[in-house]
Amino acid sequence: MNRGDNAFRGVDLDDVVTRAGGWLLLMFLCVSAAGFAADTGFAVHMMISAAAATIAAFYTLRQIGRAPEAVRPDRYYDDVIRWGVIATVFWGVAGFLVGILIASQLSWPIFNLGIEYTSFGRLRPLHTSAVIFAFGGNALIATSFYVVQRTCRARLFAPALARFVFWGYQLFIVLAATGYMLGITEGREYAEPEWYVDIWLTIVWVSYLIVFVGTIVKRSEPHIYVANWFYLGFIITVAMLHLVNNISVPPSWLGSKSYSAFSGVQDALTQWWYGHNAVGFFLTAGFLGMMYYFVPKQAERPIYSYRLSIVHFWSLIFLYIWAGPHHLHYTALPDWAQTLGMVFSVMLWMPSWGGMINGLMTLNGAWDKIRTDPIIRMMVFALAFYGMSTFEGPMMSIKSVNSLSHYTNWTIGHVHSGALGWNGMITFGAIYYMTPRLWGRERLYSLRMVNWHFWCATLGIVLYASSMWVAGITQGLMWREYGEDGYLVYSFAEVVAALHPYYVIRTAGGLLYFAGAIFMVWNVWMTIAGKLRDEAPMTTAAFDPAKDRPVVPAAVTAPLPLAAE
Amino acid sequence: MAISFLQKHKVIERNVMLLMVFALLVVAVGGLVEIAPLFWIKETVPKVDGVRPYTPLELAGRNIYIREGCSLCHSQMIRPFRDEVERYGHYSLASESMYDHPFLWGSERTGPDLARVGGRYSDEWHRQHLTDPRSVVPESIMPGYAFLADRNLELPHIDRDLTALRDVGVPYSDDDVKKAVADVLTQGDFGDGDKAELAKRYPGAQSRDYDGNPGRLTEMDALIAYLQMLGTQVDFKKAAARETAK
Repeated sequence: MNRGDNAFRGVDLDDVVTRAGGWLLLMFLCVSAAGFAADTGFAVHMMISAAAATIAAFYTLRQIGRAPEAVRPDRYYDDVIRWGVIATVFWGVAGFLVGILIASQLSWPIFNLGIEYTSFGRLRPLHTSAVIFAFGGNALIATSFYVVQRTCRARLFAPALARFVFWGYQLFIVLAATGYMLGITEGREYAEPEWYVDIWLTIVWVSYLIVFVGTIVKRSEPHIYVANWFYLGFIITVAMLHLVNNISVPPSWLGSKSYSAFSGVQDALTQWWYGHNAVGFFLTAGFLGMMYYFVPKQAERPIYSYRLSIVHFWSLIFLYIWAGPHHLHYTALPDWAQTLGMVFSVMLWMPSWGGMINGLMTLNGAWDKIRTDPIIRMMVFALAFYGMSTFEGPMMSIKSVNSLSHYTNWTIGHVHSGALGWNGMITFGAIYYMTPRLWGRERLYSLRMVNWHFWCATLGIVLYASSMWVAGITQGLMWREYGEDGYLVYSFAEVVAALHPYYVIRTAGGLLYFAGAIFMVWNVWMTIAGKLRDEAPMTTAAFDPAKDRPVVPAAVTAPLPLAAE
Repeated sequence: MAISFLQKHKVIERNVMLLMVFALLVVAVGGLVEIAPLFWIKETVPKVDGVRPYTPLELAGRNIYIREGCSLCHSQMIRPFRDEVERYGHYSLASESMYDHPFLWGSERTGPDLARVGGRYSDEWHRQHLTDPRSVVPESIMPGYAFLADRNLELPHIDRDLTALRDVGVPYSDDDVKKAVADVLTQGDFGDGDKAELAKRYPGAQSRDYDGNPGRLTEMDALIAYLQMLGTQVDFKKAAARETAK
């Protein structure tokens, strides 16, 4: 039979039925896996997956009898980016909220609520994954699709696969998040999801790579723009890290538990090779891709130095990978590995600042925009915090500094000055840049709300980072303090009690940062709705029509009215 | 020279496959040089007497410790500093975590290090502390884990847990795997298993009712059994005597 015979109003029926059948088969597999599950958590996860497969089958079948979506080769494919912007805002708010909750738990343990699902140990990975992988990940996927199309002057490769990447990634987030609350975790920081969620993420990630590289391959521009190098470096390195760090053996193929293939020393270094480069590639290389596109665009200036971007790119990706052992100073890890990690971490300072300089100097000749444009102000602030964190990081990786800072809240302060200051602010800037353009609006609903967002977030970061620095150094000094009698002065519990005020200040900082994000939600919502806030512009040059007059000679007493008046 | 370098780089900028391959090679180097040697340099994990695999009950307790995210606030890695050694005990040895899949060294001390918490407190203290931490340590900010005492220990595949660990290098014998379920009951003082035989296969394993509720084998039993063995395997007194003799 001719395939064309089955074509029904433009939709290939064979194709639709095959795909829907595939989703339904997956649904049945998931339901059976749930039925035979070794533990409740696995059963819950299989039911969630079954529900997702059912929804996918439903949407596939719905295409029958509908006109196929009009393909506009003369337009970029932006649907998935619009979803990505909404998902970024949504997961950002969710992640910040959980952050405030766990900060409150450390201030007042009553917020653990006395039930297992909401205890600190289960919510902490929920917070870190929500902000890094849900908020940051969605921002990276959405902006990379936005940037790669525009810098390649080519429509996105395989839009259907891009839609799968988006929804598949959301399923990964839901499985990871529900898993943490159910107690399903590999116990590896920032790589907590269990083996089957890891396999799912691998499928999604390879699809992501195909869409991204496919778009570059069909580009109309001869050059691959530097932002895409960083996105590409981020995608392939995260794939490598994810695959190696998650090698594990499940005792049951129908259970959620698995045991890491490595143990002790080797496991520790593999994990921190992964963990540090989750920072280096997920939170740095990927976000530098964002920086290399949105900062020049918003500043309306070309990137400062092409040569610097080449040096910056290769040295950054080469050096970052070595820095993992600085998380294991003075542990049972061999000394040579610790020293190697320290040396490379210190060297890493240079390419990091190369990137910061390349971003900041792009504003040459447009520095006044920091005063007049709150979006560029956010981006500049992000770069300033990037520079600060990437100076602080190498400093903390020096063994003698680390002997004090390790195990303390200084680390938490360091991470958040990077995450809130650099990742958060550059993402907010990119969202404010993209939203009016993606929905075809004249401008954002309100520029003054961006200003409010900026100042709330900035104050929040200042409270957060400074309280955690003080808390960390306090902890480190109190733990090692000896009295004149030669005994340790403080018990551990006394140090915990001393940190209470800092934990409270940190919670307040988080609340402020969250308040800023609420301004963003409102602003993005109203922009999408097509509203424009009636507000005074941020700046205008002074003009007084009454003074717009020539100087009149004293002899003439009464000036003649101007014709224009 | 600079110009020719930029000219050469243009080749990479125009070929996405070349860019990918080069980037992958560049990021692979660090891991290969730093991590790979740890698997074949023997001195990385020197052999130490006394380190043995976890008993099935301790393993179950360890899995609860992982499930509840205890390692997010409690490290299990004592660094070789005077204050840490005085506060927590002898600094941690690489071999002490050689059977840890995954490792649980931790990265924060929101609570104290637990690498050598075994035997420091009574079972009763742990029970009270886990149920209501502030009843024994008023300054504590730890969540309560009262529910552990109310929940039966469920191990749907403890024998296969042992074989999975054996697959990744933990030396459990066939006998250990066969007796896994019985070992859990014996160590938890449930039924009338041979405790001496268990202690022969797992030297130093303590068998008793850990949670003060002899009629039930709960998650509290498993977690306290794990906590009470932490850091107790290596006999540092023996090593100290040898050091002095030298």
